[in-house]
Amino acid sequence: MSFFLAAEAGGPTITAEGWFLENVYIIPLIMAISFATILFFGKRMPRGGSEVGIAAVGVCFLLALITAGQWIGQVNRADSCTINPEDQHVICDGIDVTEAEKAAAAGDPVSTFGDGEFAAGATGFTAFAAEEDGEKQHPGVKAAVSQRTWWSNGGIDFTVGTMVDGLTVTLLVVVTLISSLVHIYSTDYVAGDRRYTHFFAFLSLFTAAMLFFVTSENTLQMIVGWELVGVCSFALIGHWWEDQDNSDAALKAFLTNRVGDMGLLIGMIVLFFASGETWSIIGINEAAISGETSHTLLLIGSLCLIAAVMSKSGQFFLHTWLPDAMAGPTPVSALIHAATMVVAGIYLVARLYGVFFEGLSISGSSLNALALVGGLTTLVGASLAFVQDDIKKVLAYSTISQLGYMAMALGVGAWTAAIFHLFTHAFFKALLFLGAGSVSHAVHSFDMKKDMGGMRKFMPTTYKTFLIGSIALAGLPPLAGFWSKDEILVGTGGWGFFEGESHANGAYTVMLIMGMITAAMTAAYMTRVMYLTFFGEFRGGHHDDHVHDEDHAHDEAAEVDHAHAVAHHDDDSHDDHHGHHGEPHESGPRILWPLRILAFLAVVVGFLNLPKGFLGLPKSILQRFEHFVEPVGVSYFPGISHGDPSWSLAIVSTIVVSLAVGVAYRYYFVTVNRQSPAATEMVNGPTERFPLLKAGHTMLKNRYYLDHIYDGGEPVGAAGATAVATIFGAAAGLALGFSLDNGLDQDFVPSLIWGVVLGVTVFTIVSLALRTGVGVASFVKGRLAWAANWSHEHLIDGTVDTIGETSVKSANFVYRYIDQGVIDGTVNAAGAGSSGAGDELRRWSTGQVQQYATVMFAGATLLAGLLIIVI
Amino acid sequence: MYLVQFLLLSSILFCIGVYGVLARRNAVLVLMSIELILNSVNINLIAFGRFNGATIPAEVFSLFIIAVAAAEVGVGLALVLTIYRNRKSIDLHEVDLLKG
Repeated sequence: MSFFLAAEAGGPTITAEGWFLENVYIIPLIMAISFATILFFGKRMPRGGSEVGIAAVGVCFLLALITAGQWIGQVNRADSCTINPEDQHVICDGIDVTEAEKAAAAGDPVSTFGDGEFAAGATGFTAFAAEEDGEKQHPGVKAAVSQRTWWSNGGIDFTVGTMVDGLTVTLLVVVTLISSLVHIYSTDYVAGDRRYTHFFAFLSLFTAAMLFFVTSENTLQMIVGWELVGVCSFALIGHWWEDQDNSDAALKAFLTNRVGDMGLLIGMIVLFFASGETWSIIGINEAAISGETSHTLLLIGSLCLIAAVMSKSGQFFLHTWLPDAMAGPTPVSALIHAATMVVAGIYLVARLYGVFFEGLSISGSSLNALALVGGLTTLVGASLAFVQDDIKKVLAYSTISQLGYMAMALGVGAWTAAIFHLFTHAFFKALLFLGAGSVSHAVHSFDMKKDMGGMRKFMPTTYKTFLIGSIALAGLPPLAGFWSKDEILVGTGGWGFFEGESHANGAYTVMLIMGMITAAMTAAYMTRVMYLTFFGEFRGGHHDDHVHDEDHAHDEAAEVDHAHAVAHHDDDSHDDHHGHHGEPHESGPRILWPLRILAFLAVVVGFLNLPKGFLGLPKSILQRFEHFVEPVGVSYFPGISHGDPSWSLAIVSTIVVSLAVGVAYRYYFVTVNRQSPAATEMVNGPTERFPLLKAGHTMLKNRYYLDHIYDGGEPVGAAGATAVATIFGAAAGLALGFSLDNGLDQDFVPSLIWGVVLGVTVFTIVSLALRTGVGVASFVKGRLAWAANWSHEHLIDGTVDTIGETSVKSANFVYRYIDQGVIDGTVNAAGAGSSGAGDELRRWSTGQVQQYATVMFAGATLLAGLLIIVI
Repeated sequence: MYLVQFLLLSSILFCIGVYGVLARRNAVLVLMSIELILNSVNINLIAFGRFNGATIPAEVFSLFIIAVAAAEVGVGLALVLTIYRNRKSIDLHEVDLLKG
C-alpha cells in the first residue's frame, strides 16, 4: 500500500542519473590513496610528497566540477519534463519516467530505495506547488544513491554507499577547491618544516575525511566521516606539538568535540529507532516528514544532534576550542574554518533537515533551540572578535559568529540561505585566513598590536585581497557576503513585522535583530583588523635580534620566491631608528595566487543566487544556486517556505553595516591615528573611562569566563564558575524551554522552569566532564604525542625501510641459499652422490669370492632368523 | 630313532661345509666343502621323507642332487684346473680379477 502512495510522495520526481553521480566514491578514494602514498613514500620524493597531494586534490577538484555539471544537467533535464496532471506521472521527451523508474526499482531493489518511500505529508506537495507559483510544474530531482549491503544482522541492513544531490556537489566543489588552494599555499608557507611530509599527508586525509562525510549515504557513514575529520584536526592543530600550547590546543579541540560526539551518537541511535530502524539519511528524513516518527523522539534526536553541531561547528557554549585551534599552521586554519571541519555540523543539520524541521517545529514558530543557539553564537563570536590582538583569533571568532549565522538560518527554516552562506563564507573566510597567514609569514608573528601596522606599504597584493575579503565578510554589496547574509535576514521572516506578509517559515524577529547586530559588529571588527594590520605605522621588528637584511634573507633561504618581492624602502630613517631591521616583504606567488583566486571568487559568487525578481532580470539568471541545490519536491526534504526578498531590508542592513564601518573608521582611522600613527588604542578611551564598559571589556577579554569554568582556573574560582554556569545553563534552558513549548503557546512558564533546571544540570555536568577529561588527558598527553611521533618516525618509516632492506636481504638469501645452495647443490649432489656411492660400493666388490659368499650366507641366515620369528 | 638326531647331524655337516667354503683358501677344498653342504641337505630330505611319510620317496631328490653335484664338481674341477694352468696357483685369495 505504501508503494501505491509513493507516487505522490513529495510530488512527482525523477531520479538523478550519471556515471559521476553514481561513482562519486572515487573522489574521497583518490584523497585516501594520496594520504597513504604520501605517508609511506613522501619523504623519498623530490618535493616531500606535496606533489602527490596537489595532483590528487587537483584531480578531485576536476571530478567534483564534472559531478556538479552532471547534477546541473539532471536538474535541467527535470526542467524539460512535464507532469501529467491526472496521475502525477513525469513525462520526459514523451516517455513516462515515473513508470520506468518504478519498473527499474522493482527489478533492482538494491540500487534504489523503492521500499523506503513513505506516504507524503501534505506539506511537501503544497510547498512544491507554491514554489512554482502557478507556473508550469516541473518534477523534483531525487539524489543519486548507490549503495551496497555491507552486512546484515537481525533483519537490518548495514549499507555503505554514496548519495549525491545539490547539497553534496556544493560541498564537493567547495572542499576540493579550497583544499587545492590550501595545498598550493602550503608548499610555500610550511616550506622547510620539520614534518613537511606529515603535514601534506594529513591535509590529504583531512580532505578525504570531509569528502567521505559529505557523500555519506547513511548516518553511520556520517559518524565515521565526522570522527575522521575530528582526528585529522587533532593531528593538524597539534602539528607543532613540541610547543606545549599547541599540543594543549589540539587536545582541547579533540576533547570538546568528544562532548558533542556523545550527542551525535545518542542522536543517531534515537533517530535509528525512531524512524523504523533505518540508517539511511533519506529513510530517516522521509519518516520524519511523513509524520511516522514520534514528534517527541524527533525533538530529542534533534536536540542531541544540536549538541554535536555545537561542538563541531563551534556554537556557543562549546565553541572554546575553535580559537585555540589557531595554534595549527595557518593553511590548516583556513581549511578547518572555511571548508572542512566546522561546516560539518552545518552540513549535518542540512542533510537531516527533515528531522530538525519537524522535530523543532521550525515552521510557523518564532523561536527554537537551533535558532537560539545560532543567534547567541553570532553575538558571542562577534563580540569576542573585538578584543583579540591575534589576527587569527579575530578570524576564528568571526568564523564562530558566521557559523552561528548559518545555524540560525537553518533554525529559522532558511535552508538555502544557510547553504549559500556556507558556500560564500568558505571563499572569503579562506581568503582572510590565507591573507592573515601571508602577513604573519612576513612579520613572523600573529600579534596585530605588537608586530603589524602599515603592512599596506609592504604587501600591496595581500592588502588588496584582504580588503576584498573583509568587505565580503562585512556584507557590503555587491560582494558575496552581502547576498548570503541578506538572504538569511530575509529568511528569518522577522521583517514581516514591519512589512506585513513575508512568506517565510515563521516570524523569527529576535533572530532578525541578532543577525542585524552581528552584521554591524562584523563590519566594525573587520575595520579594526584592517586598521591594526594594514594602516598606521609598522610596529614590528623591535625585538628581533638579527639586524641586517642579509640575515633576514638568509633566514628564509629556502623560500626563494620571496627574494624578488622585497618591498622597497620608503622610510629608511625609521628603519635606522628601529635598528636596521629588514622590512617585511610581500609573499611569493604560491601564496599570492590562491589569494587572488579567492578574492575573485569572493567578489563574484554572490551573483550565483540573485534574489527573486531582482531588477527585473530574466528568471534564468536569478536564484541559480537555489534552483540547483535545493531539493524541491522530493520526499526526503521538508517543504520549506522562502521569504520574499525585500529592498527595504537590504537597504536597512546595508545602512547598519555602513554605519558600523563609519563608527569604527572614525575611532581607529581618525581618533587613534591622530593620537599617534603607531597607536593601537585610544589613551583613556571609553573602556577606561566608564566602569560598565570597562567591566564588559574585562569580561570579553576573559572570553565570558567559559574557559575558566571548563578548567576551574583563576580568576573565577569554584563559586564564580558555578554562578556563571548557572547563568549560561539558564540561557541554554530558556532555549530548551522555548523549543519544548514550540513557541509561545500554552504552559509557557512550567516548560521554561523545566528548561532552566535541565539547562543548569546539563551545563554543570558538561563542565565537570570537561574538567575531568582535561585532567585525565593532560596526564596522558605528553606520552600520547611522543608515541604518535615515535610511531611515525619509527614504525611507518621503519616499516618502509624494513620493506626495502628485507627485499634486498631476501634477494641475497635467494641467490645465496636457494639458487647457489639448493638448485646448484642438487645438481652437484647428484654427481657427488653417484661418485661417492661408487667409491663406497667399490670397496665391497673386492673380487674375493669367499667374502661374497660370507655376505650371502649372512643374508640367508638373517632371512632364516626372520622366518623363524615371523612364523 | 628320532628326527632331531638326523637334523643335528645334517646341521653339523652343513656348518662344517659352510666353514670350509668361507675359510679354506684351496679351491679344491672349497669344492669339497660344497659337497658336504649338499650332502647335509640330502640327509635332511631323506629324514623328513622318512619321518613325515611323503607321497614321493625322498631318495629320488637325493639321487638327483648327487647327480647334479657330480656334474658340478666336474665343472668346478675343470675351472680349478684352468686357473692353475694360468696362474700356477689355486689360492682363492689371489683370484680377484673382479676387484673394483
